Amino acid sequence: MRYFYFPGCTLETKAVGFNRSAKEAAGALGVELVTLPEWNCCGATFPLSTDNVLDLAGPARNLVSTAEAGGDTLAVACATCFNVLRRTNHFLRKHPDTLEKLNAFLERPQPYAGQVEVRHLLDIFVHDVGLEAIRRRAVPGLGGLRVAAYYGCMLLRPADEIALDDPERPGIMDALLAALGAEVVDYPHRGECCGAYLTVKSPEASMPMSYRILSAAGRAGAQVLATACPLCQFNLDWLQARLRQQYASYQPLPVMYFTQLMGLAFGLDPAGYGFEQHYVDPRPALAQAGVLGGIRSP
Amino acid sequence: MRVTISVEQVRSEWVRRIEEVSGQDVMACYHCGKCSAGCPAAEAMDLLPNQIIRLVQLGQVERALESQTIWYCAACQTCYARCPKGVDLPRLMEALRELAMQKRGDHLEIARLDVQALAEFPQQAFIAGFRKYTT
Ligand code: SF4
Ligand code: SF4
Ligand code: SF4
Ligand code: SF4
Repeated sequence: MRYFYFPGCTLETKAVGFNRSAKEAAGALGVELVTLPEWNCCGATFPLSTDNVLDLAGPARNLVSTAEAGGDTLAVACATCFNVLRRTNHFLRKHPDTLEKLNAFLERPQPYAGQVEVRHLLDIFVHDVGLEAIRRRAVPGLGGLRVAAYYGCMLLRPADEIALDDPERPGIMDALLAALGAEVVDYPHRGECCGAYLTVKSPEASMPMSYRILSAAGRAGAQVLATACPLCQFNLDWLQARLRQQYASYQPLPVMYFTQLMGLAFGLDPAGYGFEQHYVDPRPALAQAGVLGGIRSP
Repeated sequence: MRVTISVEQVRSEWVRRIEEVSGQDVMACYHCGKCSAGCPAAEAMDLLPNQIIRLVQLGQVERALESQTIWYCAACQTCYARCPKGVDLPRLMEALRELAMQKRGDHLEIARLDVQALAEFPQQAFIAGFRKYTT
């Protein structure tokens, strides 16, 4: 299986561990991710005003590039990039007038006709590779590590455009993690917003949002929380660095990318997964559960 | 507080522009409150999301633009997912933010950001923040 792959700017800079683990985990499943030539930033937000056509040009250019390179699918790891690219594609398919304008603006030899499918890696792993094949490959597995799958907004809404999972009761990441040998915990707030970009100007507003999610997952017994978005990862992780300073008794909950957990479950070498860059280092929790670098305690 | 509501205000150019930019019919909202009940950012807001719609319905656009609520909306889409009338509230919030910035200038001054935090943020936080808080 071979797909064009859109890394996005955060995965090439702050979230290199996500990028690396995504590619390696895919490789272990026989999925080859070919980085889209000359990809460009998606803009990080889908423009919500009807007169903002220009902000669609960035994400649209990636779709055109995929089509030009002969691809029919663009695979994405970052939940936010996925959301922006997928919504843009959906919008262009529904608005031929806008598509025509953008084609004229982009001046590429082949006009884009909406033929590319934007897909998240979760979708590709669960539906193209299949849970059974993942289960077979999951040696040494996650040994019952208790994981809270966190979806946030971007993988879920708006549901008619994203169409990956049930927005009120999502389960695709849970299914993947369970196939890896994790014990997934049931908890509320799995699809609630972590505060997103509010953190830039108003951390006092985003922190309670992140805290609600962390405490719900913690109360449900999670040892680790899994995400697919570098901004969720940051918000949920960074907040805990502050909580630890303030409250000596605070029990931190490591926030990991689901692909890092895949790599560990497949027994891949996690060097380069960037664990040391997390504010809450996941390694002690992983070691305690006997899951680290394929080395399982007896 | 005494509020005067007039036909002129309800049918004002501002209301028309907000409806055009957001692509929403504000009168579609019947104030069930579902959006406000599920909004994860509500506790930071001075007005609830459906109160913002109410103000626009009544032509009180200035008051909607003065509210901090439009800046605390994280565009998470939860309200839109649950609205029984299909009102796309995140689009309405975006239209109000744009209008507020056209009148008063950008909401975010780069020089006033916390420098220590700046070094920590992932790129997408900045890009999204600047897209939402600047024109
Ligand atoms: S969503 Fe963010 S990480 Fe992804 S390409 Fe856009 S700006 Fe970069
Ligand atoms: S929870 Fe926040 S950061 Fe995560 S996907 Fe949603 S908006 Fe983005
Ligand atoms: S959920 Fe919809 S109809 Fe109900 S108050 Fe909110 S916008 Fe209005
Ligand atoms: S999109 Fe905005 S108003 Fe709607 S639920 Fe999310 S934060 Fe609240």
